[in-house]
Amino acid sequence: MSIVNQILAGDVRAVARLLRDIDDQMPSAREILKELYPHTGKAYILGFTGSPGVGKSTLVDQIAMEYRKRGLTVGILAIDPTSPFTGGAILGDRIRMQRHFLDSGVFIRSLATRGHFGGLTKSTNDMITVLDAMGKDIIIVETVGVGQDEVDIANCAHTTVLVTIPGMGDEVQAIKAGIMEIGNIFVVNKADREGSRKTVRELRNLIELGLRRLGDQHWEPPIIETEALKGRGIPELLDAVEKHRQYLMENDRSQWEAVTQKRAKTQLLETLREEALAELLRRMANRGVSLDDLVRKVTARETDPYTVVQDLLQCELK
Amino acid sequence: MAEERKLRILIAKPGLDGHDRGARVIARAFRDAGFEVVYTGCHQTPEQIVSTAIQEDVDLIGLSILSGAHRYSFPRIMELLKENNAEDITVIGGGIFPLEDIPKLKAIGIKEIFEPGAKLDDIVQWVRTNVKPRKAMVA
Ligand code: B12
Ligand SMILES: Nc1nc2c(ncn2[C@@H]2O[C@H](COP(=O)(O)OP(=O)(O)OP(=O)(O)O)[C@@H](O)[C@H]2O)c(=O)[nH]1
Ligand SMILES: [Mg+2]
Repeated sequence: MSIVNQILAGDVRAVARLLRDIDDQMPSAREILKELYPHTGKAYILGFTGSPGVGKSTLVDQIAMEYRKRGLTVGILAIDPTSPFTGGAILGDRIRMQRHFLDSGVFIRSLATRGHFGGLTKSTNDMITVLDAMGKDIIIVETVGVGQDEVDIANCAHTTVLVTIPGMGDEVQAIKAGIMEIGNIFVVNKADREGSRKTVRELRNLIELGLRRLGDQHWEPPIIETEALKGRGIPELLDAVEKHRQYLMENDRSQWEAVTQKRAKTQLLETLREEALAELLRRMANRGVSLDDLVRKVTARETDPYTVVQDLLQCELK
Repeated sequence: MAEERKLRILIAKPGLDGHDRGARVIARAFRDAGFEVVYTGCHQTPEQIVSTAIQEDVDLIGLSILSGAHRYSFPRIMELLKENNAEDITVIGGGIFPLEDIPKLKAIGIKEIFEPGAKLDDIVQWVRTNVKPRKAMVA
């Protein structure tokens, strides 16, 4: 059987290997992705983001269980940071998801950021394509959880869940400008702790102040209290996701079209940026143009980056 | 442009005990060596370990055992790898083993055993020498 057919048939080994090839940017993976893409667009993509340690993995574990109870299959991409000093990583999100290890209806993959910023990895969108093609109904992405600049998930997921915990009031103030706007649903996890209600009130105030997603003015982001460790609030969270999905489908699916187009556009531009750069560098190398030489000239102020690029583009793209 | 492939490693602890210090130390040493380490912690069954290794597409499984649980779990893990056509994944162990068990473990395909006092640098060097990231699939 061809690799494409193995993926479409849900062969776990083939899927796992393809994900690795994608992560390592193997050219052969691109060819397989081309053939898989027409088979995608069926899965619902759910993002979980929020500061380190708020309970994202525990929530993902619980919500995956709830989806399984409702008869749906789940793919999980869990992202942890790469050490900027060594290039290595310890990927520990799986620790919270152990009870799914033997369920063939759940596929879990741990990913390292590998120097990519924005909360996802360079490969996340392509990996979603594979999990979608293998037939997973729900794809859950857990972002790296470093804090403020994790907005890529908003262009990736159909529904984004922003997770906070009690006592993060000040922090909520601090992060409101960037990350608050990406949440379609807010979760106050660890609701067993003191101050949960207060955090809900503060979030409610911020939302009423209009801190919500652009173009999403008719969606009132719900705030759900959860205790992920015990599973409290999980069915409510799932119902909120379902409500958001229905909202996207209302009015002739106009919101849905907007969300899926934004996803496609992001993926297209990312690929273009990457491939165009690679192609340009290849052509320069073929003509014997040395990048190091150009760097030296720019450093010595013999020329400037703008002129160099202008000349290169004129020369290579004619 | 293809990047250099990263070595991916699973560090897991079979058995019912909580001696996870060695596993953590090793996980950190591997991260510092530039490897990607999937860490699943204590109380892993052989079935969970093999399923994780396959889903995560690791090149190496490192098992940490200080409780004697290797007598059941190591052979079972090797058996499951075979059943799943995943014998190409290298398996090593570390922790406390009765001397007479070590040849038996090597005979079933455990590539190396590291005992208390093993130097982290030596372990990392062993991995660099003996485990290579696998080749890309051919479309
Ligand atoms: C610290 C310790 C504990 C701590 C554990 C803390 C923790 N979170 O890890 C505590 C106090 C909780 C504990 C409890 C118990 N312990 Co205790 N413990 C030890 C002790 C003293 C040191 C272990 C340790 O952490 N070493 C430091 C680490 C870094 O070394 P390491 O694990 O050996 O790892 C090195 C190598 O082995 C190797 N390695 C290890 N794993 C891996 C994995 C890979 C992939 C690789 C490449 C290499 C590798 O590389 C490391 C670096 O050199 C040992 C005795 C000893 N000297 O080993 C007993 C020992 C392991 N414990 C023992 C026992 C019996 C227990 C208890 C049952 C009761 C008791 N007698 O105390 C309880 C069990 C509790 C439970 N439910 O698990 C026995 C086990 C006997 C056996 N094999 O049957 C030992 C051997 C003591 C003894 N001689 O009786 N223990
Ligand atoms: N008290 C309490 N603790 C919780 C709850 N949910 C999760 N935790 C604990 O919070 C800690 C972090 O949980 P994770 O699920 O790993 O958090 P995370 O956001 O995925 O963490 P990173 O991936 O490291 O950013 C763990 O010790 C959990 O057991 C909860 O509802 N109440
Ligand atoms: Mg996590």
